[in-house]
Amino acid sequence: MYSHNNIFQTELWKGGPSPGQFYNFPGTNYNNSNTGGFTAPDIFGSKRSSSPITTGTSVIGVKFDGGVMIAADNLVSYGSLARYQDVQRVFKINEKTIIGAGGDFADFQSLKRSIDQKMVEDMCYQDDIDMKPKSLYNWLTRILYNRRSRINPLWLEMVVGGMQDGEPFLGHVDLRGRAYEDDVVATGFGKHFALPLVREQISNGEVLTLNQASQVLRKCMEVLYYRDCRAISKYSVAVSTAQGTIVQGPFEVNQNWALATMIKGY
Amino acid sequence: MHKIQSFPEYQVPGAQHQDFSPYESNGGSIVAIAGEDYVVIAADTRLSSGYTIHTRKQNKLFQLSEKTVLGSTGCWCDTLALTSLVNARMQMYEHLHLKTMSTEAVAQMLSILMYNRRFFPYYVSNVLAGLDSEGKGVVYSYDPIGHCERTTYRAGGSAGTLLQPVLDNQIGGKDKDVKNKPKVPLEKAKEVAKDAFISAAERDIYTGDSVILKVITKDGITEEEVQLRKD
Repeated sequence: MYSHNNIFQTELWKGGPSPGQFYNFPGTNYNNSNTGGFTAPDIFGSKRSSSPITTGTSVIGVKFDGGVMIAADNLVSYGSLARYQDVQRVFKINEKTIIGAGGDFADFQSLKRSIDQKMVEDMCYQDDIDMKPKSLYNWLTRILYNRRSRINPLWLEMVVGGMQDGEPFLGHVDLRGRAYEDDVVATGFGKHFALPLVREQISNGEVLTLNQASQVLRKCMEVLYYRDCRAISKYSVAVSTAQGTIVQGPFEVNQNWALATMIKGY
Repeated sequence: MHKIQSFPEYQVPGAQHQDFSPYESNGGSIVAIAGEDYVVIAADTRLSSGYTIHTRKQNKLFQLSEKTVLGSTGCWCDTLALTSLVNARMQMYEHLHLKTMSTEAVAQMLSILMYNRRFFPYYVSNVLAGLDSEGKGVVYSYDPIGHCERTTYRAGGSAGTLLQPVLDNQIGGKDKDVKNKPKVPLEKAKEVAKDAFISAAERDIYTGDSVILKVITKDGITEEEVQLRKD
């Protein structure tokens, strides 16, 4: 009856996506999977995220007499936008281990889920054996190295600390799986601003007290707040001693902008 | 076909978009000198990339057995992966054969492990020092894809090219009559190794902070540390 005119399409949903698929705008996508090569290879091979999106800036860790401290501000940026201003970037993993993370925050959150799952497994044994910081550090090293070897890195720079058999442990791991231990470690801008501030206090092999350590971290966070455009004035500190681990803060850095009015000429 | 044509010419099927480099040079130098009944191996302790020093106390000498020490520098994450693989394989060997791997066997294994990654190499400069089955000092050196050469002395790492000619002169006696090659006493080998690092630290920004020196003899391994310039 209607076959002589074209008012009605005989085919329902012509040119539309098949069920469960998305519509491909002309010229944007060429296969039906519509994953853009991110989850499975398309005709142009597979694609990976090759730059971080939401990022945390510096993390600083110091050893002190009988423990370790890790500090980071509470900002997660979206490019130059100070997007999330109340985010924890230092964590208690268990009674022996603390971590701090800079770099892509999504990558960190996904990794943190795996770490937390490991801690649940640890707990299920009910044998009072906890993962020690060095084990976590080494595990992270292998995970990150593995991902970099697949050219699909987890864009992270992490600081791992804690008490390893009664001794303070402090290590650093980055997106390539480059790892090292030291009495003071820092990531990002902290490498340039914070490391010298701490190193000059321990240059002759002095060991900081807990108080000195938290003071020097405070100074570091202050300097970083002044000079790092991706830092905010609020920061948290994770502390690990033989008594256990705790995350303190958020703290506010000292800031004084009276000087700013004197700056002229540009 | 029209699908490919609508892309810029650099996007061809199979091409990988890549602005992440899996490699990084973390610096560090190694010097190894073998004698009749000893071998000296030394490496600095600076770990850096570009103008940034990550740590001033990174040991780059890996003791693999009572008579074998591996010095490894270059891309530090590759060094970590490679040395832990070597350690694992040496433990497997020990469990299978109920004996420790000889230096020669480690040397051959290292070459194979590195060549296994021929098309995605470990970006490392390795120098293996040890006593052979006859108790003589030996040095093996490698390129990143596993080429292995047995020698009596070698400088490797970031200041390798700077130091090798010094060793050729001071240890190899290359300028001297071929028949009268001097035997190098242990004390001289140690001094030359230390001086080599003091000199390298003057010109190579990736070498410095301190140098760890291991001496392997039949009586065991001794270690000493000498401070270098830290700038």
